Amino acid sequence: MKPTDIRDPSYFHKVVDCQWACPAHTPVPEYIRLIAQGRYDDAYMVNWYSNVFPGVLGRTCDRPCEPACRRGRVEDGQSKEPVAICRLKRVAADNKSDIRARLPKAAKQKNGKRIALIGAGPASLTVARDLAPLGYHLVVYDQDPQGGGMMRTQIPKFRLPESVLDEEVAYITDLGLELRLGQRVDSLKAVLAEGYDAVFVGCGAPRGRDLDIPGRAQAAAHIHIGIDWLSSVSFGHIDSIGKRVIVLGGGNTAMDCCRSSKRLGGEDVKVIVRSGYEEMKASPWEKEDATHEGIPILNFLVPKAFIHDNGRLTGMSFEKVKAEYDAKGRRRLLPTGEPDQHFECDDVLVAIGQENAFPWIERDLGIEFDQWGMPKVDEVTMASTLRGVFFGGDAAFGPKNIIWAVAHGHEAAISIDQLCNGEDIRTRPAPMVNLVSQKMGIHEWSYDNEVSLDQRFKVPWNDVRVTLKNIKLEVEKGFDAATAFKEAQRCLNCDAQTVFSASLCIECDACVDICPMDCITFTANAEEDELRQRLNAPALNSAQDLYVSTTLKTGRIMAKDEDVCLHCGLCAERCPTGAWDMQKFFLEMTHAGPSCRDKHAAPGRKAA
Amino acid sequence: MTYIAKPRLHHPTLAANKLGYTRRDYEGKISTLCAGCGHDSISAAIIQACWELDLEPHRVAKLSGIGCSSKTPDYFLGNSHGFNSVHGRMPSVLTGANLANRDLIYLGVSGDGDSASIGIGQFAHVMRRGVNMVYLVENNGVYGLTKGQFSATADQGSQSKRGVVNSDAPVDLVALALQLGATFVARSFSGDKAQLVPLIKAAIVHPGAAFIDVISPCVAFNNHAGSTKSYEYVRGHNEPVNRIDFDYWPKREEITVDYPAGEVISVTQHDGSVLRLRKLAPDYDPHNRITAMNYVQEHQAKGEVVTGLLYVDPDPEDLHRHLNTFDAPFNTLGAKDLCPGAAALEKINAALR
Ligand SMILES: Cc1cc2nc3c(=O)[nH]c(=O)nc-3n(C[C@H](O)[C@H](O)[C@H](O)COP(=O)(O)OP(=O)(O)OC[C@H]3O[C@@H](n4cnc5c(N)ncnc54)[C@H](O)[C@@H]3O)c2cc1C
Ligand SMILES: Cc1ncc(C[n+]2csc(CCOP(=O)(O)OP(=O)(O)O)c2C)c(N)n1
Ligand code: SF4
Ligand code: SF4
Ligand code: SF4
Ligand SMILES: [Mg+2]
Repeated sequence: MKPTDIRDPSYFHKVVDCQWACPAHTPVPEYIRLIAQGRYDDAYMVNWYSNVFPGVLGRTCDRPCEPACRRGRVEDGQSKEPVAICRLKRVAADNKSDIRARLPKAAKQKNGKRIALIGAGPASLTVARDLAPLGYHLVVYDQDPQGGGMMRTQIPKFRLPESVLDEEVAYITDLGLELRLGQRVDSLKAVLAEGYDAVFVGCGAPRGRDLDIPGRAQAAAHIHIGIDWLSSVSFGHIDSIGKRVIVLGGGNTAMDCCRSSKRLGGEDVKVIVRSGYEEMKASPWEKEDATHEGIPILNFLVPKAFIHDNGRLTGMSFEKVKAEYDAKGRRRLLPTGEPDQHFECDDVLVAIGQENAFPWIERDLGIEFDQWGMPKVDEVTMASTLRGVFFGGDAAFGPKNIIWAVAHGHEAAISIDQLCNGEDIRTRPAPMVNLVSQKMGIHEWSYDNEVSLDQRFKVPWNDVRVTLKNIKLEVEKGFDAATAFKEAQRCLNCDAQTVFSASLCIECDACVDICPMDCITFTANAEEDELRQRLNAPALNSAQDLYVSTTLKTGRIMAKDEDVCLHCGLCAERCPTGAWDMQKFFLEMTHAGPSCRDKHAAPGRKAA
Repeated sequence: MTYIAKPRLHHPTLAANKLGYTRRDYEGKISTLCAGCGHDSISAAIIQACWELDLEPHRVAKLSGIGCSSKTPDYFLGNSHGFNSVHGRMPSVLTGANLANRDLIYLGVSGDGDSASIGIGQFAHVMRRGVNMVYLVENNGVYGLTKGQFSATADQGSQSKRGVVNSDAPVDLVALALQLGATFVARSFSGDKAQLVPLIKAAIVHPGAAFIDVISPCVAFNNHAGSTKSYEYVRGHNEPVNRIDFDYWPKREEITVDYPAGEVISVTQHDGSVLRLRKLAPDYDPHNRITAMNYVQEHQAKGEVVTGLLYVDPDPEDLHRHLNTFDAPFNTLGAKDLCPGAAALEKINAALR
């Protein structure tokens, strides 16, 4: 293998599994250490710069970082649980003081450029936050009376209190935006005619999928589309539901529907899903929350008909199916032949999927759409095929989540800033990186290198008898400071990198002997596949890199498997020559502004 | 010196041996030796060897004297018996322990100062008596613990860290052990576990006095140019005579590969296990004590460090056989067995009148 080039910023970035997995690349271990130190304001600001909505995301994020967390690969025994990265974020948000003085201010001087943002969801708000301090005049349109998008209209208040959302939306709207709330955009052509320098489409994926089976039309009065129903609940237009409720669908929307029903008068609420429990789209913790509230989830039942009595819904019938897999591993649901099952109900919530819809975008503007009605959007620049029109969030590639909307927003803001400065938007800015030794004394590091053996701590809940009575009462209580500290200590500090200097190594084997994970091997060089097999412990996870040195004095190389390293620093402590050093890798994505422009471009980051 | 304990977490594929223990279960406390000390590598080799042999930790007794090397039994086999004796006196404590309980596996760990200076008399007698043990010297040519004075194994003409030249002739512990009757004699290097681990395993299985001299660089006081016990010197002058092929070891039926004649020596041990020695020096015969002594000395004169299994007696006798002792360990005998009573004493006395 060729020696590893650790100057490539992506090499050590990949080692910080959580940060690599986060669409916005939040410096996770950095903020977790700040939380452990009780520096909540600093922890909040690290988050705020990267992901814009720490208080919201600390409660609702889809947390792609957690399945990536190294802890999930290295813990012992049955429980291999990631650090509670998401809920630690909430600790920073809940315990911070007034940080408004640290936020950027509205630009004193405008730069004369006008940008339209369509939709006031997380994607558009991120674009606004990045561009407003630079002097852009931002015009935000939304059909709803308040900003926040689906964070406000869809996510129930018992998961996300309104005050938290209001605060973080206000941090952005206070930057001097022109808000055109309560205004639906019916024609993109008309918006373009206003002569904006760029337009960002962040209108989300607003349409809930319907279920066209017998009885649908006749019983319509008590059949509701999940996301429409949730937004009516959110705006207070709906405040009750029948006693017996069936929720159709296995995603997070279904979980929000069933839990909301339980709080609005539903007594016998059940979720009925076509697929098996494991394949349900809902996150494991959302299913767990529903179960905790006494809501059964019934699987492998395909809806056949709405049963009604002269238009009055009385129940639904389902066909029982089982999963079968063909040679290619594709799943098919086949009827079991058992008699259909019938469930009585007063209301049905249909939460079987969400779709994009762009009826207000004229098809002759130069914006190309594909066969499924989705705009053609560049995954890096977020540009559509019409110069100056960008997409992001759920509008760009279909329904995802808040953190992806934020990540898209950052990238679109960079593109808009480059465009308005006459630069090539395909040249993307390099991230800002820093690598500094953490050595403080002979065997002392600036981070706590002792590895905690604690298992993941659970976030305490409010009493379910109380939370089910009040749809606005938050279910989770958040970690207290003491538990937050212990959970923070579970973080392995994967950004404290093991950096190897071949010229200093005397090949004494001390690091090999001490390493608790058998990560380090001195051996003859070989091709990667072979090398992975013959290390002291096989490196079977090819998603994780091998760190390979130049040739050493004995003709061998040092090969380190990054996969299961605990970042405990023992190799560096036991090294007599300092050939291993623990160095903190800090990476921050470059956002819109002077430093994102051409001369700072990263050679590796170029869009198609 | 490291302050944090080695985390209990381990590699997901870490294997268990026949007893269900992983290699990590054979570890001890975290080492307090200097970072990079060869002694720590030897501890790691002992851990590996005991794990591979499926040894029950409670069947092992580790004994040592004084020195950095003699501290190491604290850093491996944390669940075994241990005795840290006074300087140079480990052999007599080990001999006594072995007499009292012949059922344990005895692992004596010592240093070149501990064995070749203050303890040289004890060293000589424990070898002569053929005590069934592994006697391992972690040889760095200096008194590490007392800040690097030359020890008796330092080569004549080698230099201290400050540039002082050693004028005294060295004690060669391998030559002494060969001459004094040890039935298994080997030399190795802390930086070569592929050679060292199988040697330790073979020494443990050997039912007599087994001696291993392990060159073990002292990074703090004897790892400079001019030293003949540095990592670089030993790597540059290492002349292995053979290698134990542990793939085909220890059971006879596991031998599946045929080597061309003359490349391999098979040593069938007392318990039926077979040592497969791959020859590296073509004419070297590990069965001949005299030629072994000559070979080692000849190469020593050229500044070379001969390593490998230098001598093995496949059918050794040990102290208990010499003394014709009882089969059961003495410590299991009750007062009745040990004290035959007044009548028997009277009979013995009468016979002597
Ligand atoms: C029930 C439910 C629960 C969810 N829970 C979570 C969760 O816990 N965590 C998570 O990360 N994600 C969750 N999501 C997904 C998340 O809400 C979205 O992915 C995210 O809000 C998308 O952001 P966006 O900025 O692209 O668009 P949106 O948030 O959808 O905002 C789009 C905005 O544009 C406005 N708009 C649309 N068309 C027009 C128009 N023509 N004129 C004017 N205004 C218009 C809309 O009114 C809306 O305010 C959930 C989604 C649903 C449906
Ligand atoms: C009776 C006695 N004399 C002297 C000492 C001082 N002393 C402690 S360790 C040591 C030498 C140890 O050398 P070695 O056995 O080579 O061990 P190393 O530290 O080199 O591994 C000496 C002389 C002592 N502890 N006890
Ligand atoms: S930090 Fe060093 S000693 Fe610790 S697990 Fe990683 S490679 Fe091993
Ligand atoms: S401990 Fe240091 S000098 Fe020794 S082998 Fe490891 S990196 Fe090299
Ligand atoms: S002084 Fe020398 S022998 Fe003692 S621990 Fe340090 S390196 Fe090892
Ligand atoms: Mg010594």
